[in-house]
Amino acid sequence: MSSAFMSRAGALMSKLAIAASLGMVSQAATAEYALNMPVGVTEISREVYDLHMLVFYVCCVIGAVVFGAMIYSIIAHRKSKGAKAANFHHSTVVEIVWTAIPFVILMALALPAAKTLVKMENTRGAEMSIKVTGYQWKWQYEYIDEDVSFYSTLSQDSNFARQKNSGVDLESVDNYLLDVDNPLVVPTDTKIRLLLTAADVIHAWWVPDFAVKKDAIPGYINETWMQIDEPGTYRGQCAELCGRDHGFMPVVVIAKTPEEYQAWLAAQKGAESALNGAAIATEQNVALAQ
Amino acid sequence: MSHAEAHDHHHGPEPGFMRWLKTTNHKDLGALYLMFSLAMFIVGGLMSLVIRAELFTPGMQFVDPQFFNSMTTMHALFMIFGGVMPAFTGLSNYLIPIQLGAPDMALPRINNMGFWILPIAFGMLLSTLFMDGGAPAGGWTLYPPLSMQTGDAMPFLVFSIHLMGISSITGAINVIVTILNLRAPGMDLMKMPLFCWTWLITAFLLIAVMPVLAGAVTMLLTDKYFGTTFFAAAGGGDPVMFQHIFWFFGHPEVYIMILPAFGVVSQIIPTFARKTLFGYSSMVYATAAIAFLSFIVWAHHMFTVGMPVAAELFFMFATMLISVPTGVKVFNWVATMWRGSMTFETPMLFSLGFVILFTIGGFSGLMLAMTPVDFQYHDSYFVVAHFHYVLVPGAVFSLFAAVYYWLPKWTGTMYNEKLGKLHFWLSTIFINVLFFPQHFLGLAGMPRRIPDYSLQFAEFNFMSSVGAFAFFITQFIFLYNLITTCRGKWEKATDQVWEGAKGVEWEMLPSPLPYHTFEQQPDLSDYEPHPTH
Repeated sequence: MSSAFMSRAGALMSKLAIAASLGMVSQAATAEYALNMPVGVTEISREVYDLHMLVFYVCCVIGAVVFGAMIYSIIAHRKSKGAKAANFHHSTVVEIVWTAIPFVILMALALPAAKTLVKMENTRGAEMSIKVTGYQWKWQYEYIDEDVSFYSTLSQDSNFARQKNSGVDLESVDNYLLDVDNPLVVPTDTKIRLLLTAADVIHAWWVPDFAVKKDAIPGYINETWMQIDEPGTYRGQCAELCGRDHGFMPVVVIAKTPEEYQAWLAAQKGAESALNGAAIATEQNVALAQ
Repeated sequence: MSHAEAHDHHHGPEPGFMRWLKTTNHKDLGALYLMFSLAMFIVGGLMSLVIRAELFTPGMQFVDPQFFNSMTTMHALFMIFGGVMPAFTGLSNYLIPIQLGAPDMALPRINNMGFWILPIAFGMLLSTLFMDGGAPAGGWTLYPPLSMQTGDAMPFLVFSIHLMGISSITGAINVIVTILNLRAPGMDLMKMPLFCWTWLITAFLLIAVMPVLAGAVTMLLTDKYFGTTFFAAAGGGDPVMFQHIFWFFGHPEVYIMILPAFGVVSQIIPTFARKTLFGYSSMVYATAAIAFLSFIVWAHHMFTVGMPVAAELFFMFATMLISVPTGVKVFNWVATMWRGSMTFETPMLFSLGFVILFTIGGFSGLMLAMTPVDFQYHDSYFVVAHFHYVLVPGAVFSLFAAVYYWLPKWTGTMYNEKLGKLHFWLSTIFINVLFFPQHFLGLAGMPRRIPDYSLQFAEFNFMSSVGAFAFFITQFIFLYNLITTCRGKWEKATDQVWEGAKGVEWEMLPSPLPYHTFEQQPDLSDYEPHPTH
């Protein structure tokens, strides 16, 4: 325990030193952890990132002014330095000014936010649709009109390692807790509509790189969309508390070029029909037996 | 003085335990509320240590994931309903009659009942830990259908929430009736200390929303045991409706926990700046504006449930609007300090810590208000960092400030200043070590309410856990200071206690306060607590 503590503390110190030398806000590509929201790989995620940085900088400026005035006052207007208290107690002009200025700042934040929001909620013109169903504790993906459907659960390695006191070295597990048996495969440069629902309790499908987080609710079909620019593997997690294994139902999305995606889809359909055939045969056997 | 005379003039407390059980004295009840809340803070704090111990390093080491979920759920329920709310009710009991020149609270027997309901409610809630199916584990928000999976704990959970609600409502009614009816002659509403104003507005919020929560949990109960389907989609019900009802309670609840804190800080800063509060009436209007807005922003807690764009836009704009009156408050506090003559005793230190750290929580609140970005922050550790900043260095720091500020007045003994300052500095350092890294965790993609995490989150979780344990241990300094002060170990306090203190309790009453404050109603017609124009 204590040696683990020391090594963790050492790692933290060295990484903080690296982060400090790289500048706190920059994406420290060398470190395995992140300090900031990912920029992501969709137009929307980049807009969201820009909004996030905008409001962050606005807060920094307001903070600098307010805390600056406060700290100056704390240093300069202290009794031990012989400061005598003034006796002003209100000023209508000042009060109107500091009500009006925040109002203007808010408008400047709200307008671009509203623009992005309207874009995010516009699911029209989607080129393909995938139905995502949340279960305790896995995801099901159904490719609409493609006859492809599968479940996606936490990978065996992670599942074994996450058992209490498993003794497994977590560093040896690939993407501990962020790996699944059957990832969602999608094409890049395609507007993909997701239809989300759930079979038991509420779940939420979240992939930070797409700036997509939407609740999957029993009895509801929620819509959202994404259009991914770069092929790659993107990871996220269920974001809505859904019971005992809420922390163990990750989302993994593999984005392939449209050609590679088509090839993958064709292969899936082949496998799927073989599987279906077997299932039908089994059902017939059961029926015959009865 | 003969015994009979003493009986007539100084009806002192009954000896022993029966004094506390039967008391209708606002100071006794105030003390009981505060002691109860301290006990609940310790219980809730221990639960948070279970959480932080499990999150100390990646991998599951100590508890089952289900028990972990029970801990997050119970931690929230204990801290919100058992810690913060009773603490402020305790302060309201202790202070409002004194500050207004009233003999006691208006409804003393109801006051007694309101308090003694609480130990029963929380005893019952705590007992669910030992029931079949364990303690509630669906989160304190109790979202169905997940909360329908609660075991035997369900009816006890619902009943304890009903009791907490009844207790809160009795407290709120008492505050309103006392403030509106028992002010001494001359104590106009606009002369009241801000603590009374913020509590008056808080009391209306409580009366408005606690029944809403009671209704929501009652529907959960009938859904589970009596075959209704209010929130079950399979029976034509709507699980999202629960969230709307819950947050219609839940958002004003946030202000129930912070408005009295604003009141406390608005009284402490002028004392130690030796300068009148800047913009008294704008403080009152800002409080009322925040309370009004708190009713029309609830859906910002649920932007990801899939609402129409128009609704999302409305709730975004309304939420952002709250930062205007909140900003007014912060600016007024800074303007009060400006060109004052400041000293930095412990209550002032906690108040200054409050202003800075609460404002940081306010900034992350503004970020969260922006709907498109909220989709990224929602249900991540960023949210955990946000609400802990407004609740711990926010509400809880204001409670520390209040206790250090009024304790000498209550007990007649000055607390130990060195220990108080040490408590402040260690608390401030560790609270930031505890919660600041959680912003990074959330931005990097760590969801809240998970018992284990992938390795890129290890460093900041480690740091956060170290901060949690250190913060908890630091509180023993406070506990020691509190107990020794109550026992009169340190110097005697003067009647005014603080050089710059203004108000009925400081200028007209002795320290410690007598068991019955005003034998005769004071006349406050000539009393000018602050310039009115």
